[in-house]
Amino acid sequence: MEYLLLIYSRESDWAALSEEARGGLYKDYYEFTDGIRKSGHYKGGNPLQPIATATTVQVRDGKTMTTDGPFAETREQLGGYYLVEAADLDEAIGIAARIPGARMGSIEVRPIQKM
Amino acid sequence: MTIAEQASQEIERVFRSERQRALATLIRLLGGDFDLAEDALQEAFAEAVTRWGTSGVPAHPRAWLVSTARHKGLNRLRRQSRFEEKRRALAWEGPRFEPPDVSALEGGYDGELGDDRLRLIFTCCHPALAVEAQVALTLRTLCGLETDEIARAFLVPVPTLAQRLVRAKQKIRMAGIPYRVPPPELVRERLDAVLCTIYLVFNEGYAATAGPALVRVELCLEAIRLGRLLLELLPEETEARALLALMLLHHARRAARLDRGGELVLLEEQDRSLWDGGEIAEGLGLVEDALRRGGARPYALQAAIAALHARAATAPATDWRQMAELYHLLVGLQPSPVVELNRAVAVAQAYGEEAGLRLLDDLDTRGALPGYHLLPAARADLLRRLGRAAEAADAYRRALALASNPAEQRFLARRLRQVEG
Repeated sequence: MEYLLLIYSRESDWAALSEEARGGLYKDYYEFTDGIRKSGHYKGGNPLQPIATATTVQVRDGKTMTTDGPFAETREQLGGYYLVEAADLDEAIGIAARIPGARMGSIEVRPIQKM
Repeated sequence: MTIAEQASQEIERVFRSERQRALATLIRLLGGDFDLAEDALQEAFAEAVTRWGTSGVPAHPRAWLVSTARHKGLNRLRRQSRFEEKRRALAWEGPRFEPPDVSALEGGYDGELGDDRLRLIFTCCHPALAVEAQVALTLRTLCGLETDEIARAFLVPVPTLAQRLVRAKQKIRMAGIPYRVPPPELVRERLDAVLCTIYLVFNEGYAATAGPALVRVELCLEAIRLGRLLLELLPEETEARALLALMLLHHARRAARLDRGGELVLLEEQDRSLWDGGEIAEGLGLVEDALRRGGARPYALQAAIAALHARAATAPATDWRQMAELYHLLVGLQPSPVVELNRAVAVAQAYGEEAGLRLLDDLDTRGALPGYHLLPAARADLLRRLGRAAEAADAYRRALALASNPAEQRFLARRLRQVEG
């Protein structure tokens, strides 16, 4: 099965990190990504630009409405994602728990619906 | 008795004794689909009624049921699969579903593999399911309770409970919750969720949070039955042993907990001759074993506390100092305001009301248990014993305003009248 692992955290927490701590986290991310590439679980993934760059688009009655900001203001914001292949939810949870961001934020695990 | 009558009695017996095991195996054989397994088993029982009535009951009724139901289940999957293929070929619109891979489920051994019931327990209590869903699913599939029975036991509307079950089964299927006993590195962590669910079922029966009955014995009995099953399947897990001990030692007191009028009787005022000696003996044996082999872990400590009560011939004869010590260990292991509350009560017995009251006041000022009636109730009790009647009355009134169980409300009102008198 495929799962999308959505990485949520508070941007303010990131901003509060020292240069050194941030460097350590980047290194952890690099090693984690490399690990799941080699194990064959990796199908894709990217960090996202800060929430300040978000734009929300809605179409109503054929009219496009564009607004600044995320769809919903939440305590933690979506900051990146991985798409992984896993045998079952337990394996997906195991991978999610190894994402460095899980230590400071939350990972939402969502199964992909096959079309 | 005619053959048909004999057969129908036998079907009744098989249904009660074998349904759960047959279902546990079928869910695995049908790829983890709970609904399909339940429907197929129901159809197999219906077929048994006609078949066994004429040809007699087969030598291995469960095996017959499992293989008949499996056949029916697989047929249904094949039909669904063909339908989905046609639909895709014709490019019909509408919600799509992934056609099940029937070939992977065909052939092979159709008997039991290891213990399927253990797979079922771990799947029903998977931490990715909400606790209420775990409890409902456990009672439905493992205990075979009907949806309306569970709804009644937990005082939720039947549609709410039915929806809870539907969503849980959907999540198992769609999110890919595996139907298996977790690998060794996960068993400990997952076992905690299983134990917690069983204890929740027990507690809901033992100290009903709502409804006219203070004790719902049937839930206690189901929880004890599950506890026995779990221990039978995992005899080396000392916490499973301790949980069974804990439930037995509590359950042993049921006849003394309510008086003839259905009013609550406090532990210290219970007629101990009404306690079930057989259950106490079994519980004491289990708890000693659990402590010796597993050491001081949460359920073992709680069972040891229950054992101290069970061993005391009278309330004053209770070893309160050891009780306070056990609670102290438990607070260290599993810090919770409720455990602290119980420790304070034990400390009051062992070292005097003043000492207990200091701990309770500390909890109160921390605002650790907002809305929990037992904190003011415990304070009221200590104040009453200290002869501080006005303060006791205040605390009883606070407790009364928070209590939701009618029997507890009556008890508190009675005590309030005593201190006001």
